[in-house]
Amino acid sequence: MSVRASGWDVPADLEKDPATIPDPASTPVPPQLQAEIESHMALYPDSRSASLPALEAAQRLHGWCSPEAIEQVACVMRVTPASLDAVASFYDMLETEPVGEHSIYVCTNISCSLCGADELYSAIRDGAGEDPAFNVRAFECLGACDIAPMASVDGVYVGPLTLADVPQLLDDVRAGREVLAEKQLVRRPCADREAGG
Amino acid sequence: MSAKLLFAGIDEPGLNTLEVYRRRGGYESLAKALAMTPEEVLSQLEASGLRGRGGAGFQMGKKVSFLPKGSIDKYLVCNADESEPGTFKDRELMQKTPHLLIEGLVIAAFAAGASRSFIYIRGEYVLQADLLDAALAEARAAGYVGENILGSGFSLSLIVHRGAGAYICGEETGLLDSLEGKRGNPRLKPPFPANEGLYKGPTLINNVETLATVPTIIRMGGEAYAKIGTETSTGTKLVSVSGHVRKPGNYEIELGIPSREIIYDLAGGPPEGRSVKCWFPGGSSAPVLGGDELDVPYDFDSLAKAGSMLGSGAIIVVDDSTPILDVALKVAKFYRHESCGKCTPCREGTSWTVEMLERIDRGEATPMDLEIMASVQDHIIGNCLCVLGDAMAMPIGSMIVKFKDEFEAQMVQRHVDAPQAAGAVAP
Repeated sequence: MSVRASGWDVPADLEKDPATIPDPASTPVPPQLQAEIESHMALYPDSRSASLPALEAAQRLHGWCSPEAIEQVACVMRVTPASLDAVASFYDMLETEPVGEHSIYVCTNISCSLCGADELYSAIRDGAGEDPAFNVRAFECLGACDIAPMASVDGVYVGPLTLADVPQLLDDVRAGREVLAEKQLVRRPCADREAGG
Repeated sequence: MSAKLLFAGIDEPGLNTLEVYRRRGGYESLAKALAMTPEEVLSQLEASGLRGRGGAGFQMGKKVSFLPKGSIDKYLVCNADESEPGTFKDRELMQKTPHLLIEGLVIAAFAAGASRSFIYIRGEYVLQADLLDAALAEARAAGYVGENILGSGFSLSLIVHRGAGAYICGEETGLLDSLEGKRGNPRLKPPFPANEGLYKGPTLINNVETLATVPTIIRMGGEAYAKIGTETSTGTKLVSVSGHVRKPGNYEIELGIPSREIIYDLAGGPPEGRSVKCWFPGGSSAPVLGGDELDVPYDFDSLAKAGSMLGSGAIIVVDDSTPILDVALKVAKFYRHESCGKCTPCREGTSWTVEMLERIDRGEATPMDLEIMASVQDHIIGNCLCVLGDAMAMPIGSMIVKFKDEFEAQMVQRHVDAPQAAGAVAP
């Protein structure tokens, strides 16, 4: 049975009243999370604009947008959990199911797939196996076709990757090391040689 | 050799910091602009002929002039959701010279009379968003952003807002809904954002590269800028070249040079022994051009005349080793995944296109399927709130026209390869 928000894969219980805005008295929110969400809310003319950064903060704490995480964000933002469920289920980077702690997004869009991304994705999946620490996903264009095929490992772009890089990549993540240091996008000079530094 | 306006010294260490940026003349254009009236700045932008670098290619100056005058709350939103497949130019700009974007944004906001601004950056660009935030903190501390900028009386707030992974948020009204904290569903237009955009206020939305070009225009003067490029496609453009080329990457070119020069001379062309089968001139939404169309000048109007578009300036090269069916399937699957589902022609059209392509792949298709697939594309175009569906229909439609023989041959081949396929009909 899916643990996704009710109403998505599982029909909603129509006998139950819809969840209302959570009561702060009965909804414990970790103080740090509360402070972070409130600081985002204060930035915008309409505090609801903070829903993406708030959900991202809650996901960082809980590992995914769990019902508890959604409830806490809803409580601080004074909105219904359903309105946040709707937001969370729209965006690829917000997880609506429990996932591994380390996310590896492998770009499998057109440019990367022309350069072998589908094989790379399979190899990373196979390499990660059943290890619950990993959240390996085929992702849409990550905006780094110059280093195709590539992956974003916990937000760090690496490429161009070969199948031979996969064991090292996974080992680096497991060991908490910098991932494939020499293949990180941040170290790559501009391709336009007339530009330079 | 063409002028490097955006990429000049782009790899200089520390260019992302205020110190180096200012040493190279950074924020001088802002000071110059703030000494002018907003109308004078606007007239420079109009004289430059600068066309939007995000995809639509609309005249930037004209877009600014559409905002209502008067002292109402106006917003400027920078679209940094770069997610058109094949596009990665804004990423390099934001990472290496974030102050250039901030400076251009403040000048544009001044011309438009906007008091609040936002940079909506895609959530996947973690490094770039962090660098932008750091640059913004420096700019604020130095008085380039915030209250009474450089003593001019002009004030502007700026927030870097991170998305969370959705292609459709690059569509300007989807972006606005997302920035308001909702699902990124596109809105019905009109009203256009210039009249009713963010928080129902007048809103100017510009791409990163467009705004990053503004300081150069102010420095050179609009008329001098307009002399670069062609008459209707002025200036330089960052082009992201990827796919089957030996030197993929971002190149700054003068608009109007032959496309062949970009693909072969700059990006090194396809690997040894291969030739260009087709190429997307402006991201995966652009109709493909063939290997025999490489001499088309790379500018807005020439590419439109050739039946495609410059789009975001992302050239994706496909060489002759790749079956067109594979390319079509990749493209169609992407748009199916990214369709927000609001409009039926897009939601169903993208799904059925994938289904039909997969039928070909499984050897179950009949020749009629190609015609049906072509008609599905025709029925998507122009029938939805936004152009996401069109963005699939245009390239797929062009592939069906340009590679009809190959599709048909593939139907036969896959059918022969898979004679056991249930329901297969001999073509």
